[in-house]
Amino acid sequence: MRRVVITGIGTVNALAQDVPGTFQALREGRCGIGPLGFRDAERLTIRIGAELRDWRPEERFPAKDLPLYDRVTQYALVAGAEAVAMAGLPEGLGPCGGVILGTAAGGIQTWEDSYRAVFAEGKNRVSPLVVPRLMPNAPASHLSIRHGLTGPVLAVSSACASANHAMGLALQQIRAGAADVMLTGGAEAMLCFGGVKAWEGLRVLAPDACRPFSLGRKGMVIGDGAGVLVFEAEDHARARGATVLAEVAGFGMTADAGDIVAPNVAGAVRAMEAALRDAGLSPQEVGYINAHGTGTLANDRAESAAVLQVFGAAAPPVSSTKAMHGHAIGATGALEAIACVQALRAGLLPPTLGFEAADPDCPLDIVPLKARPARVEAVLSNAFAFGGLNAVLAFRRA
Amino acid sequence: MERAEIEAAVIAILAKQLLLSPAEIAPDARIDDLGLDSLGKVEAIFAIEERFGIHVPFNANAPDQPEFDFATVGGVVRDIEALIARGA
Repeated sequence: MRRVVITGIGTVNALAQDVPGTFQALREGRCGIGPLGFRDAERLTIRIGAELRDWRPEERFPAKDLPLYDRVTQYALVAGAEAVAMAGLPEGLGPCGGVILGTAAGGIQTWEDSYRAVFAEGKNRVSPLVVPRLMPNAPASHLSIRHGLTGPVLAVSSACASANHAMGLALQQIRAGAADVMLTGGAEAMLCFGGVKAWEGLRVLAPDACRPFSLGRKGMVIGDGAGVLVFEAEDHARARGATVLAEVAGFGMTADAGDIVAPNVAGAVRAMEAALRDAGLSPQEVGYINAHGTGTLANDRAESAAVLQVFGAAAPPVSSTKAMHGHAIGATGALEAIACVQALRAGLLPPTLGFEAADPDCPLDIVPLKARPARVEAVLSNAFAFGGLNAVLAFRRA
Repeated sequence: MERAEIEAAVIAILAKQLLLSPAEIAPDARIDDLGLDSLGKVEAIFAIEERFGIHVPFNANAPDQPEFDFATVGGVVRDIEALIARGA
């Protein structure tokens, strides 16, 4: 079976609009959460999120292309360009290259603007670009167009696990010989009035701060952004002399087949065990887990129980970077994979911000508040989505 | 609005969520004992907000809910009365 490695990464998120800035923010334990600034935000009950500040698409895209791009596509394209440049990918990959990208909501802002026009403003026509902007495969398709990748290209949607599922499928494409190079990860631009209004209805958003695994946590905080990673067959990467950032060692996915929103310990346990098995890792070899860690009562309690069941009392350090970059829903797994690459390469575990006091229901070492130096050989990255869909990736030091 | 009217409306909302007849829900019933799950709870709160034109301060992550007592039917009725009086 072909080994798969990461040769490039790119991101835009609330912490920074590139990888070096994001790494610095993770090192410093900086928080990207702040007051929401979009139209009608004053009508929300929950008014915080991890938005991209000073996002100026007109400076990043030609005026003729921009009308085609919802923000979710803009984020994916900028992250993708950084990842491809870092990987130094050759031109003309064609059918040897593909894209599998996660998104939960696709072009939700485009839906919102279009519906506002026809319902609220009484207009009887909308832009002809509404459909190509809002379709959830738009980010993946534009990445394929931009980089000339004509192999397997599709979008994956599994709510908060979308990016992890996308990366797992990309890994499998390369292992199966369907492609040598895959751009993968996720993109999300949920932070608009209708997007946050919908989440408010579930009563799971925190009004003040994201405090994963901490006593007194009040829920999740939504973030925007994209993470794109270049997955490449190791033989292909070595042959062209590419710098290998980390190995994509394994992937496990399971379904709870239980509740549509409540987490399930058994499903999470099976997904982590499947990822370890696929990677050929023993639990003792894992030096860090990037948790799903949403900051809701239910997730953090169930995830803690699942980690303890898989790893026992000697569980490795576990942190949730969502308190920094927010819960970027269908993109979050990609941001967290990038944090994992930093943990493996720089020997630095990103912290869990927002910690106030230990919760007896979450008896884990959560790396509170400050990044911690630690040499780790392998890490897991968890995603446990609404719908009972669990996706866990294992990465190994290159 | 009379307390009896609020109580009848709350019981009707809970009965719909729980697939029970209103007669099966006593005014002093504990809501968890009725078998309402977490999603059912937020659906019931949404229905209460729509029915009474109020905003109910409820976060599924705050177990003690100091601002709104969702433990018993009577507690819900009292807090709705208070919210209506405050014009919340």
